[in-house]
Amino acid sequence: MKLDARIPSGPLPQKWDKHKASIKLVNPSNKRKYEIIVVGTGLAGASAAASLAELGYSVKSFCIQDSPRRAHSVAAQGGINAAKNYQNDGDSVFRLFYDTIKGGDFRSREANVHRLAEVSVNIIDQCVAQGVPFAREYGGSLANRSFGGAQVSRTFYARGQTGQQLLLGAYQALMRQAGLGQIKLFPRSEMLELVVVNGHAKGIVVRDMVTGKVSSHSADAVVLATGGYCNAYYLSTYGRGSNATAIWRAYKKGATFANPCFTQIHPTCIPVTGDYQSKLTLMSESLRNDGRVWVPKQKGDKRPPGEIPESERDYYLERKYPSYGNLAPRDISSRAAKQVCDEGRGVGESGLGVYLDFADAIQRLGIDKIRERYGNLFDMYHEITHEDAYHSPMRIFPAMHYAMGGLWVDYNLMSNLPGLFVIGEANFSDHGANRLGASALMQGLADGYFVLPYTIGDYLASQKPGSRPKADASEFKLAEQETNERIQKLLSIRGQKTVTDFHKELGRILWTHCGMARSEKSLKEALTLIPALRDEFWKNVNVPGNGEDLNQSLERAGRVADYLELAELLVYDALIRDESCGCHFREEHQTEDGECQRNDEQYAYVAAWEFTGVGNTPTLNKEPLVYEEVHLAQRSYK
Amino acid sequence: MNVKLRVWRQKDPQTAGRFVGYEAKNINPNMSFLEMLDVVNEDLTKRNEEPIAFDHDCREGICGMCSCVINGEPHGPEYKVATCQTYMRSFHDGETITVEPFRAKAFPPIKDLVVDRSAFDRVIQAGGFVSVSTGSAPDGNAILVPKTDADLAMDAAACIGCGACVAACKNASAMLFVAAKVSHLNLLPQGKPEKDRRVLAMVAQMDEEGFGACTVTGSCEAVCPKGISLNFIAKMNRDYFGAMLKSAR
Repeated sequence: MKLDARIPSGPLPQKWDKHKASIKLVNPSNKRKYEIIVVGTGLAGASAAASLAELGYSVKSFCIQDSPRRAHSVAAQGGINAAKNYQNDGDSVFRLFYDTIKGGDFRSREANVHRLAEVSVNIIDQCVAQGVPFAREYGGSLANRSFGGAQVSRTFYARGQTGQQLLLGAYQALMRQAGLGQIKLFPRSEMLELVVVNGHAKGIVVRDMVTGKVSSHSADAVVLATGGYCNAYYLSTYGRGSNATAIWRAYKKGATFANPCFTQIHPTCIPVTGDYQSKLTLMSESLRNDGRVWVPKQKGDKRPPGEIPESERDYYLERKYPSYGNLAPRDISSRAAKQVCDEGRGVGESGLGVYLDFADAIQRLGIDKIRERYGNLFDMYHEITHEDAYHSPMRIFPAMHYAMGGLWVDYNLMSNLPGLFVIGEANFSDHGANRLGASALMQGLADGYFVLPYTIGDYLASQKPGSRPKADASEFKLAEQETNERIQKLLSIRGQKTVTDFHKELGRILWTHCGMARSEKSLKEALTLIPALRDEFWKNVNVPGNGEDLNQSLERAGRVADYLELAELLVYDALIRDESCGCHFREEHQTEDGECQRNDEQYAYVAAWEFTGVGNTPTLNKEPLVYEEVHLAQRSYK
Repeated sequence: MNVKLRVWRQKDPQTAGRFVGYEAKNINPNMSFLEMLDVVNEDLTKRNEEPIAFDHDCREGICGMCSCVINGEPHGPEYKVATCQTYMRSFHDGETITVEPFRAKAFPPIKDLVVDRSAFDRVIQAGGFVSVSTGSAPDGNAILVPKTDADLAMDAAACIGCGACVAACKNASAMLFVAAKVSHLNLLPQGKPEKDRRVLAMVAQMDEEGFGACTVTGSCEAVCPKGISLNFIAKMNRDYFGAMLKSAR
């Protein structure tokens, strides 16, 4: 397969403007004749659906939650980056671009990232105009804070609920268009199949999660904004419902899947307490602005933190990375935490935790200032752990958090399947091998508000208005039939193990063999364990109830069945990428100080995998990463 | 710890529901309430019975999807938390816990503990937004917002749209939910041009959906997981009467 990223020619800072000026447009009076399906209502999906409807397209918006407002973007805490330079601290579009490329360990596409940095400033303007209550200075101007991987203050925030407020802004824009009749909403609807007609994505098959009815929807273009796939690991900071089924179905219908092994582990989450645990809760990275990370110097030191004197504490991030200190990027901070825990210096009952200590900041700024900045996070920590972080340090540990990998897209955010667009976390394009904090909100909204609304026209202009197939075309009937058969199969096994049993086991395999550190041996082991578990699933899973009503076991079963396939691709990609970069740490490839050792000569490419059948080795397509502006360098945060 | 449960089971909207008793044994007090339900559901599945259907997603108190009435209180016994942030340490060993859905005329039942809250979306559609299309915004700092106004708007905007206020109210009124959105937007300069139209349209839609009237008992504020203040209802009433008088002119 020939993958063409369609990156415009010309100097980097002019590519996007030049592209916008040259792509095809759709006549305003023709726009209403095009129907666009948007799956997912997080930041990317809601902003795209609203913006497309504002342009005049007919939009259908699908989500699995009872309301579009609940998509998991809502849980993002810390903030959103933008190169506004309001703080006069030397920020610029180039600096945001460079920080993001470097943060991603030089495994993302230069042109996409530069565009992201360019439109970041428009996002803030748009959100402010919508009434997003960003934090303000007394004079009424917007406030900023700093975040991991950056030395400027460019992060805009709304207390510790930035994701919620940005999502509500996009949701409200979506609701406005729904009220105007430009968008038709389909809540509690799960996409179970992508329909491809003559090589183009022309619709989806969905299951109404309340009635169980399976139906088809045809469109001129399909937009997937369904988020990432880290729930394959069972425990993650994702919402429980977040799943990979939409992108996995698209992959199986011919869309290529890029860099699946790039999964981010967030350094500041509340540690696991027991086997019953259903999810992990993030403590925003913004806490690292004022919190200091440490463990005891002595192995096995079980004294309460308050009794350990300063001289016996190891502030290991400050020690190892003096210039970035506690604000080192996520992959580096996570690995450093793993390292000290592996050395037996971890804290808490399980020994899998490090302290995040606010004592200094409270002494310097006063408890009220800390409460104002992070009050809701401290409250959340208290609810979960029953501990008071104002008086004793938080305990944190890394957890699965974000998927940088996703479906492959070109510069227009279109996959290799014409008509299939993929935006937000569901695509792969902007974060390389590691995403910097406060960049996910930026990317989701950039794609939805300011990129897709332009680029989708380039495709639609080539499709005659009214030429989309009808939803009862044979391709749709066949997809519906396949979907129904799959549902019936899941319901008919009636085995001995629950869906959760399988999901937990898969999570254990992935976390142990393909987590914070990976090796050829561990990955090869996983590649025998996963297919075996998948075989057992299809023989021995028990899905109670039937398919004709709300059946949450059935919903989960379908998703876990897809994870059991996706996990294999994830691990295989990790095995083939025989280098360390960003979050992908292969033990065989590290520097003397235990940092990632990239291999630019052999691996400066995007690995775009092509489906060849379940259990078969997928085909690797390489998109070389060409850097015109940036000089590839060993990342240093020292 | 061990607890007994009385859980509302209802097959579908047409079939009458009833309480069914279950036992949850060897529960760790650090489990969340929903994790305890997960354990019960795993047992039910292993016994080939249908698990209890309940809404949940983020499990960190921000998406607003979880919606149980626990021992008569929406979101359970603890102040300012959602069901998903309720932990078993809030209950006694041996206690019998009653679990019901959010009940209101405007929230029709779907199954077991799951109800339909799409009425809230329709209330937002009526006016819970600023009419600004993508691309037409001025520079962020061109709109100055006094910090106190921004903070107050944020207090209102913190609403997670869960519907506990409705479930707690004897009249199943949605005033706190509607007031939170009206206040968030009406307090900010960006929301001012549509201030009157917004409050009139949202209140009309709230009535249309079958939510009851407000008699300011304050039960909504008492159960709100985000502690949205009753003051916003007073503010909305002011906005409403102002808008009504202007529209009558």
